[in-house]
Amino acid sequence: MKARDLAELASRNLREAVLRNTLTTLGIAVGVASLVAMLSLGVGLQAFASRRLERTGLFDSIYVRPRQSDARPRGGAGGFGRQQNTDENAAGASTEIRPLDEAARKEIEGLPGVIEVYSEVHFTAEASLGDHGQLTTVAGLPASASSNDAFEDMEGHFFSSPDASEVILREELAESLADAANIQPAALIGKTLALRFPQRQQRPAQITGGAPQHPAGFTGGAQPAPPVSAPTLPAHGEGSTLNNSSNSSKPNSPNAASSIDMGMGFSIVPTEKDFTVVGIVVSGDPGVGPGGFGGSNAYIPLKVAEQLAPVQGSDLREVMDEASASGAGGVRYATLTLRTDGPASVAFVEATIKQMGFSTFSLLDVTRNLARLFYVLDILLGIFGSLALAVASLGIINTLVMAILERRREIGVLKALGASNRDVRRLFFIEAAAMGFVGGVFGVGLGWAIGRAINFVTAFFFRRQGLPPLDIWSVPLWLVFWAIVFAVLVSLAAGIVPASRAARLDPVDALRYE
Amino acid sequence: MDTNGAAFNAIEVSRHYRMGEAVVRAVDNLSLEIKCGEYVALLGASGSGKSTLLNLLAGLDRPTSGAIFANGRDLSTMSGEELARHRNQTIGIVFQAFHLLPKMTLEENVELPLRLGETPRAERPARVREALDRVLLTARRTHHPSQLSGGEQQRAAIARALVNRPSILLADEPTGNLDTRTGEEILQLIEGLHHPSGAGAADAAGATEGMTVVLVTHEQALAERFADRIVTISDGRIEREERR
Repeated sequence: MKARDLAELASRNLREAVLRNTLTTLGIAVGVASLVAMLSLGVGLQAFASRRLERTGLFDSIYVRPRQSDARPRGGAGGFGRQQNTDENAAGASTEIRPLDEAARKEIEGLPGVIEVYSEVHFTAEASLGDHGQLTTVAGLPASASSNDAFEDMEGHFFSSPDASEVILREELAESLADAANIQPAALIGKTLALRFPQRQQRPAQITGGAPQHPAGFTGGAQPAPPVSAPTLPAHGEGSTLNNSSNSSKPNSPNAASSIDMGMGFSIVPTEKDFTVVGIVVSGDPGVGPGGFGGSNAYIPLKVAEQLAPVQGSDLREVMDEASASGAGGVRYATLTLRTDGPASVAFVEATIKQMGFSTFSLLDVTRNLARLFYVLDILLGIFGSLALAVASLGIINTLVMAILERRREIGVLKALGASNRDVRRLFFIEAAAMGFVGGVFGVGLGWAIGRAINFVTAFFFRRQGLPPLDIWSVPLWLVFWAIVFAVLVSLAAGIVPASRAARLDPVDALRYE
Repeated sequence: MDTNGAAFNAIEVSRHYRMGEAVVRAVDNLSLEIKCGEYVALLGASGSGKSTLLNLLAGLDRPTSGAIFANGRDLSTMSGEELARHRNQTIGIVFQAFHLLPKMTLEENVELPLRLGETPRAERPARVREALDRVLLTARRTHHPSQLSGGEQQRAAIARALVNRPSILLADEPTGNLDTRTGEEILQLIEGLHHPSGAGAADAAGATEGMTVVLVTHEQALAERFADRIVTISDGRIEREERR
């Protein structure tokens, strides 16, 4: 019999026992709905977690630093001394250590998939609001950090431009400053905050005999020199210099004699600069990361921070580092952070940078483990969701077995008129598949509704807790498609035994049946 | 064995059933040849084995031993699919209980063998109308079996048996559920199929010429009146053959 005729007969048979078949189909729909609701919750949670993690920038970031010489102690700044063991093992036989200089930065910037490369600036400063000051830590943030979750529900706004003299405070610092000034933390926005910090100033080249210039965050090339009384501002790595623009800072003391001579290629000068408070981060830490600038209480634009040339931990290491001290001149970075266009690009870019001769660190493996974790979660949710479908499949078996009993004589007539066992088997399979398909379609709709309800209740609960609502549920198209396919397959599997029994019916016995 | 000219040739056919310890010999070492175009009545008491023999000839059942040839083909060598096609294309079967599907209209019931035989859709309406015309039920084509009398239901069953234009008609007690007058009408109709020019011919157009008819009945008078040959069966064996 042709498929269309079989389908017509199956449709007629399903309509004849409409109540029983509807109830069976409803059972399938509930099973599919349970499966869809569970899996869409898993998918939604995964998407939510991925979205959040991607917005932290941790999973599409790579942290680069120069390889260390064997003579050098392990575990320096940057916090990834453990990782570097692996990197160095993979470095091959090359014994020459390539400096992480401007040329390297340009080369890394040119790699496919790399969208941003920046250095790390993290320093200690005294934040003063009027007469009230307190010691805090300040970090430079790149413009791309604006997508960080921490800024999603901040008070105020992100930096208006990469070179604005603006500062964003974390809530703890804001509260502390506001308490001291006897105002509400929110009232800090728009006020001027002075940051006093030790500034690193290069010695003039003519005095240091050609010593390299070092912008903030750079290491290497320092050489012993007598202290100077007229420090000059360092040239930035990209050629910009501090001048009398809005970013200009002033030495804290007009007397240059207050500077500290490090006996190296630079001096340290107390400096002060005013910033406008533009935002207060209520939750989260936008600066958390293996780059080591997490835990800061104030954030300023990275470009401004670089130009300020504050003294950092890496500068102290430079003083102690004989290898650096003996290095050639030019810009050298302690670390560089780069962002790729997505986690998928990380592996390739990381491998390329290692081949270039640098140590790298990324959270790629963490991402992989996270994906595995969600696969396991999806499987577990899928299994729980499938239980209802398994129960529904028993309903299909029951319905079809009942149909065989009721239609025993009809099967005999069909066989007497020329239906083969195959025709009878296909007829029952089509009926099972039709119930599965209709149940699957309704089940997906029901599952979608359940998911919406979960989302609604979750959002309501979060709002009551004063938290922003979360979208933890998602029904992708592939889930809709495969849920229906799965319902049909389960129904077909449930129909195997009844259909085979129907096909094997002896027509003579079936025709005798009353 | 030469089976030329034979619609059926049953050779030493047995059909035994095991019921607990006992063996029921429904058909026991029976040989019978039915020529093409012949009208044979299988006469016997209830339980004599005549319906079992009819089921064997139809390919609905398989013999325990022996062989049955239909139009020269050994049914025992046919696969299930081939037997199904044989029943659909070569044989029309009429049952005592009509066996129309109650939820289908007459024309849907009559169309069923066409569906099973994969007859092109475009041909089906004409074939159904032709079959219903032959049994004078065209006006009732949209009715359900429950809306028809017993005689009309049996005529509809005959239309269903004829719709694929088979060469053989097997009728198992077709008058068993009908009153005498209606039963005679049905047998007249079957006679018309066997002899299209005869009194029972409803419509000469498209009629099956010289259809082979095997009629199972327990009524000797009817058998004597319509059949060319009467085969009396008792205890699964041929007791007597009478050519008329």
